[in-house]
Parts: sequence; structure tokens; C-alpha cells
Amino acid sequence: MAPEIKFTKLFINGQFVDSQSGKTFPVVNPSTGKVICQVSEGDKADIDLAVEAANEAFKLDSTWRTMDASARGRLMEKLAGLMERDMHYLAQLETYNNGKPLKDAVFDIYGAIYALKYYAGWADKIHGQSIPADGNVFVVTRKEPVGVAGQIIPWNFPILMLAWKWGPALATGCTVVMKPAEQTPLTALYMAHLTIEAGFPPGVINVVNGFGATAGAALASHERVQKIAFTGSTAVGKLIMEAAAKSNLKRVSLELGGKSPIVVFPDVDLDKAVQTCHNAVFANMGQCCCAGTRTFVHESIYDQFVEKATELARKRKLGDPFGEVDQGPQVSELQFNRIMALIEAGKKEGAGLKVGGQRHGPEGYFIEPTVFVDVQDDMRIAKEEIFGPVQQIMKFSTMEEVIKRANDTHYGLAAGILTNDINRALTFSQAVNAGTVWVNCFLHVTAQAPFGGFKQSGIGREMGEEGIHSYLEMKTVTISMSKF
Amino acid sequence: MTKQPEIKFTKLFIDGQFVDSVNGKKFDAINPSTGKKLCDVTEGDETDVDKAVEAARRAFKLGSKWRTMDASSRGHLICKLADLIERDAEYLAALETLNNGKPLPEAQLDMVFAVKCLRYYAGWADKIHGQTIPADGSSLVMTRKEPVGVVGQIIPWNYPVLMCAWKFGPALAAGCTIVLKPATETPLTALYLAHLSVEAGFPAGVINVVNGFGDTVGTALTKHPNIQKIAFTGSTAVGRLIMENAAKSNLKRFSLELGGKSPIVVFPDADLDNAVSTCFNAIFSNMGQCCCAGSRTFVHEDIYDEFVKKAAAMAAARKVGNPFDEGVEHGPQVSEKQFNKIIDLVESGKKEGASVKCGGKKWGTEGYFIEPTVFADVTDDMRIAKEEIFGPVQTILKFRTMEELIERANKTYYGLAAGVMTKDMNTALMFAQAVEAGSVWINCYDATTAQTPFGGFKMSGQGRELGEEGLHHYLEVKTITIAIPQKNS
Repeated sequence: MAPEIKFTKLFINGQFVDSQSGKTFPVVNPSTGKVICQVSEGDKADIDLAVEAANEAFKLDSTWRTMDASARGRLMEKLAGLMERDMHYLAQLETYNNGKPLKDAVFDIYGAIYALKYYAGWADKIHGQSIPADGNVFVVTRKEPVGVAGQIIPWNFPILMLAWKWGPALATGCTVVMKPAEQTPLTALYMAHLTIEAGFPPGVINVVNGFGATAGAALASHERVQKIAFTGSTAVGKLIMEAAAKSNLKRVSLELGGKSPIVVFPDVDLDKAVQTCHNAVFANMGQCCCAGTRTFVHESIYDQFVEKATELARKRKLGDPFGEVDQGPQVSELQFNRIMALIEAGKKEGAGLKVGGQRHGPEGYFIEPTVFVDVQDDMRIAKEEIFGPVQQIMKFSTMEEVIKRANDTHYGLAAGILTNDINRALTFSQAVNAGTVWVNCFLHVTAQAPFGGFKQSGIGREMGEEGIHSYLEMKTVTISMSKF
Repeated sequence: MTKQPEIKFTKLFIDGQFVDSVNGKKFDAINPSTGKKLCDVTEGDETDVDKAVEAARRAFKLGSKWRTMDASSRGHLICKLADLIERDAEYLAALETLNNGKPLPEAQLDMVFAVKCLRYYAGWADKIHGQTIPADGSSLVMTRKEPVGVVGQIIPWNYPVLMCAWKFGPALAAGCTIVLKPATETPLTALYLAHLSVEAGFPAGVINVVNGFGDTVGTALTKHPNIQKIAFTGSTAVGRLIMENAAKSNLKRFSLELGGKSPIVVFPDADLDNAVSTCFNAIFSNMGQCCCAGSRTFVHEDIYDEFVKKAAAMAAARKVGNPFDEGVEHGPQVSEKQFNKIIDLVESGKKEGASVKCGGKKWGTEGYFIEPTVFADVTDDMRIAKEEIFGPVQTILKFRTMEELIERANKTYYGLAAGVMTKDMNTALMFAQAVEAGSVWINCYDATTAQTPFGGFKMSGQGRELGEEGLHHYLEVKTITIAIPQKNS
């Protein structure tokens, strides 16, 4: 069943190469806790080589800089087509390394394909303007690629996160040095292999595996990287921004954590609401930046909601992600321990544990779907991002109150409301401090819609037309109309 | 010589199927290289138009497959069609050359551009954005950009496949449904594209093709009460009728790409050989059958005589012949009617006193070939300087100053394109700013790509095709205002 691991080195300037130090690090299968293989470990020296290659590929008059914008789009379409061809293998590799159920990996890869196709379409549609400026002048703006983009992605949706990063960067004409998460380096390397077949010039895309404190830090503080894009924890996001400021003021975009509220009003179908809230928090083993991790339920339906939510969590099938399951393991031992510690805090601080709360099985990093009720706003499980299969159900009575409590957090990534009342829906969506508001749905993310955080959930937006902006630098060209 | 391509589809294409016309009539498709008939083609009329419009309406109904699919899925279908054209490009190009007469390499280039155009618009499908607007009052206000509905599209014979792609692209990206009338002279390749649309997976009724004549099928489309928009490319004379009929029927939205008498201007600081070559291609491409052809060549007096000499030599060397033969650069005009019109204007040029430096008569013994023709010492009041010839006839006029030139360039009811050859930045920018033309080409000509809006000032048309602009007239803006209890910024 285990897919063959084909690529384990670094990918620099169109070739797979060992790290300069020769070091490697282990990649683990989270379903068993066992090592799958060793992967080359990149460090500052390798980042330097990759950045050099990316800068070369970005030079004026290079193949990449001189090709038609539409031709960039064609290359991206080609890459998407190759992903479609190798879908089966990619999904298996993703599940093997990340632990998500196979059907979820397939869904992710379709999302990645659509993201690449979406951005392929933007490549030749990035418009500057001509402007009626004061003076005897002819003024235009050009939207140029910002340059070499450093991209650091997380382990929760390895291929999807890769596509979200490569899409806008390549569409705009930037070149890329990507550091995948050290927990999940394998699918990024296979994607790098596909870029050769797709026909990308060497150096346009580079992949350097390694650790945050070494390779990641080197990328964030590199003097010859013009922009860094990071998805991960808020704590590390702050470090990235600091490093960018202290080095060369590189442009920064961040997609960080969240503690997103999902609010249930009494005028909805209760079963549908319970199911939506369940998926909102348990999808991807709870390892989702925009998970609905504070479930606010109106007091008039609270008790029935709790009963149904508990039942759904109890029925959630946990096991080998290659089998017919809803939930696989958490991605690593570190994550497992973090989540368990927060579950213990929940118990200790007096939340009612309805189901779950413990490890599942003798091997790997499986945690039972867990439901806490009567959660108070000041509990750790109500404030801190757990990133695990743990639902917090809280009671509320009025709209004003729930808006206030929903916004009482440093986070601001997403929010959801379940109601059929138009005024409630609009009042809430206007008032909540969240980059994405879902009405009568949750986790509905598409290539066309901008996604990102208010406050400490991030800076900037990915996807949609917005997603292009942070990869562009605007140049104003003013031509005097008087003879010189 | 390439083997003659097999003609596979000759009927009407309505609601996803090839069907006979209701009245059973047929008309001839002609090979302009020989003047001989190629085959019968089904001739539609008003009743067939009614059927096609009905199919397009059904496909456009709320809840239909076409209306409910993701916008991105529309884009994927358009991409698929582009891929199929690319797959069958060799066949399509040969069919195009057989019926239209353009040299085979040019037909092949047309296919490349048609594919690029469709792929361009495929990318727009899910990127057509409305807005949310901070309107006065306690409300949430947004705009939706909805497909305008069933669109009638009437295309010309000069670039049959390419014009089809220019029309299909934005209409399908926007989510409209289509009834297309190809030109009577060139009915065949559009039918093959219709066949490909089935393979691509378009729902039945989204694309319909009705061949026939302008005064039956064309008129029926322009007057139809259930067509929301008409897009027409062709002559200014017919463009006026389209607009009139649109007004008299249901005020359908209309967009027009009409004729031109575009100036191309050569300053003395331009590289002369480069300028001669650019001006040559500007007029002789496609046997002069190009709406934006550079059909008034203004040359500065300092370089006039030398320019004329080189231009005549280039025209004399242009290889005329069977468009399937290797090395042929110049095929026949598309029809006897066009042939006669061009010869008539050429004769008027001679009569009104312009000097024939090259050509000026029929070429060969069969088909509609005309020799590449160069007139010098042309003055603004001659017919050949004012009327659109749409043939391989270069008219070279002399000028002295920029001010004079701009005035003369603009002294026409047309305004489709203009070109200027100069190294001087100020000259270039001043000309670009002053000339009344929808496309201005500096040190190049015919530089139209999928991304660049194209269309006419004044009587060369209304609206733009290609680029983002090309989408607008396939969309209808809906403003939605929802009252909310209390608005906040």
C-alpha cells in the first residue's frame, strides 16, 4: 500500500541535489510513528544557492522575464494537467506522509489543480493603468513581479498550500524558493519534479527542505529575497516579520492561526447545524487554521445541540487513513502532545467532557474526537488555538453579546453564522472581525475568493484577484510630452 | 499541393445537433481559387433562426446546466474547445484555405491565434467581479455582473475561424448563449467548430450555428425579440442596418466592428527598409481583406520617392498563386463580388490621376486573383484615398508636417487603427494622443493579441473586442440593495 518515495533531495536550479552539508532528517508516517525515509536537510548554504538560482532566473532578458505573460499561464496549465495525470500517486503520498484520509487528500489535490488553473488565467490579465495626471505628461503604471519570493508552507495541507503559493507567484512572473514543512516534505519534491516536465525554466522554482530555525530563518532574513510569504503559527509569523524588517524590508504576507467562532441561532434546522459545526472543527483532524473552534449555540437550543454534537463525535470513525475512515492521526508527536496538554487543561479548568479526550490506538498519533461543553471564555481551550479534534461548545443569548465575545480575541481569520434571518446574517457579517465570514456554511474556500486574517491571524490575502497583489510591485512611468 | 480536405459538416447546428433547414433550401460554398462550387450548404431562414433562438433561450433559463455550473467550469469547457481546435488545427487550416483562399501558413497562424483567444477568455470566466458599494443609507449594496442573455453574432468571411473565436470567447466566458451566423461566403469552418463544441462538452443549445444570407438570417437575428444582444463584424453600411433593427425591435444591446481606412505614417527618422516592410504587410496581409489594413500610407516628403520605389519592388515580388502551394504569399480575393468592387476602385484610381507603380489588374485565368497593386501620388480627394477598398491596393500619399498629417489622418468617418514609424519619442506620443483610432501601433502594425482591446472610433464601430474590455457588452449590471438594521463602515 505504501507509495514509492521517488524524490528526497533538494531541488535547486532545475535539478535534484544533496544538501551542502550532506545532512538528512527523518520523515515520519504519523499513522505508525515510524520513519518513512530520510530527506536532505537544507540550511543557510543551500538557501543561498537556491536564492542565487532564483535571482538568475529573474534577471532582465532571462527566459522567464521575456516570455509572453500568456506563456507563463500555459506552463501553469501544463503543471495542473500533470497533477491530474498523477493524481492517484500524489494522493497516496500525501496521505502516507500527512495522515489525512485518502479521500481528503484527493479533494485537496483537486483544490490545488483548480488553484493553479485559476491563477494560470490571471497571468496575462494583470493590468496597470494610464492616468490623467497634472502636467504635460503621459503617465502609466506597470505592475511588475516583485522578484524572488521566499515561501514557507505548513504541514496541514501540503500540496494545497504549495499550489496557493506557487499560483500567484508564477502568474505574476516571480521566481520561488519554497521551504516545505519539515513534517511533510515529500509531495513538494514530487511537484518540483513535475515542473521540469511542464517546462519551467531552471531556477524559476526551487524547493529547499529543512527546519524553520535554520532554512526558514535564512530565507526570511535573506538580503536577496524581495518577498516572503508564510503560512503557519502566529508565533512564527511574528519572527518572520521581524526578520524581514531587520534585513532588507522584504514585503511580508502572513496566514496565521485562528480561533474562529461559529454561531448557531435557533431558527435553523438543528441537525444540519450540528453537522456543519462538527465538520467545521473536526475536518483535517482539526488541523485547519480557520477551523470553527468556538461553537456558540443559542441558549434555547443548547441542550439538544450538545446531545447531537456529542453523538456525531462519538460516531466519527478513526483509523488507518488508507481505510474507510473520517479521521486519521495528528501529524506529529509534538502536535499530539500539545493537543493532549490543552485537553488536560480543559478538564482541569472545569469544562464538561462529553466524549473523547484521550489517545486512540497503540501506535501513531491518533486522538479521539473530543467534545467539551459549558466552556467559559476565559478557559485556555476557549482562547488558545488547539489545532486538534476538540470542539468547544459555549452558550449565548443575544446578538450583541455574541458579537462582542466573537471579537474578543487577537485572532480574526474566519467566522460563521447559521441562521435563516437576513438581518441577523447581515448584522453579524458586518460586525465580526474576520477575513472570511461564512453564512449557513463553513470552510467553503475556493480559488476565486480572497482568504486571510484580520488582526493577528495574518496580513494580506491569498486567492482571488487579491492574492496577486503581494507578488507585484507597482512602477509609475511618467513621460514628459515636451521636447527635450 | 495538399490533398483537398474532406468537407464533413454542411447542415445547421441547433440545440446540439446538425439539422436540415425547415424549408430545405441550400446554397453553394465556392472555392475562390477556382471560382468553382465546393458543395451545397444548408441555407437557414427566419424559421430556423426562431428554432435556434428557442434552443439558446432554453439553455439560458434559470436552473439550466449552463446557468448553474461554476463559472470556472465554463472556463474549463472553453479551454477544452481550444485544445480540440489545436488538435485538429491542420484539418481546420486546410478547410479555411479551401473556402477562404488565404495561403495555408496564414490559415495555420489564424488557428494559433484562435486557440490563444479562447484560452484567454477561458481564464476570465471566474474572474468577472461585481462590487460592494458604500452607498448612502442603511443598506448593503452590491453589483452582480450577469450574462446579458441570448446573443446573436454575425461574423465576416475574412478570418472565419478567428472571428468565431473572438465572438465565442467573451460570450461563453460571460455565460451567454449564442446563435451565430457565419458569413455566406465562408460557412464551413464554423460548422466544424460547432461539432467540436459537442466533443468539448458544452450543453446543447449553448452554441448554435445558422448559415444563410444577411437579408434573411442576419435580419432575423437583428430583429428578434428574444435576443438580448447582437454583435456584428462587417461593413459600415450593414452595421448601420444592424443598429437600426436593434433599435426598432427590442432595443437589444449591440456592438459593431466595421470598416476602416487606417493611416500608417512614416517619418524620415525611421529605418526605411523596416518601414517599407511594415507598410507592405499592413496593406497586403490577407489580400488586403482586413478591417484595420493600413490603407493610407503617408510618407514624409524627404523619403517619399525612395519609399515608393522600394514599396513597388516589394509588391512586385509578392508571390501570387494557389494558396495551397508552398511559398505562395497571396491568394485570391474571397468572391467575385469583392473582386469586381476592388477592380472598380483600382480603375477609379487610374482615372483620377494616381500613378500605378505596380500591378493594377486581374491575375491568372481562374478564380478571383488580383495583382498586388501600388498607387503613388495619391491625393486625399481620390476615391482610393477615401473609400475602403478591402483589396491588395496600397495608396501612398505625401506629407510634410505633423500638424498637417494629423488633420489629414483624422479627416475620415472611419477610426479603426493607425500606425506610425519613427524613433522619436515625442513624435510617437503626440501622434498616439492625437489620432482618432481605436488601436494605435507604434513601430509595428496589426499588433493585436488576445489581451489588447480592439475596436473603432467614429464609424469604424462601437465597443471593443478582446482584452478585459471585450467582456463588458456581454454583461448586464444588476445592483442589489439589502436594507439592514444599522450599517457600519
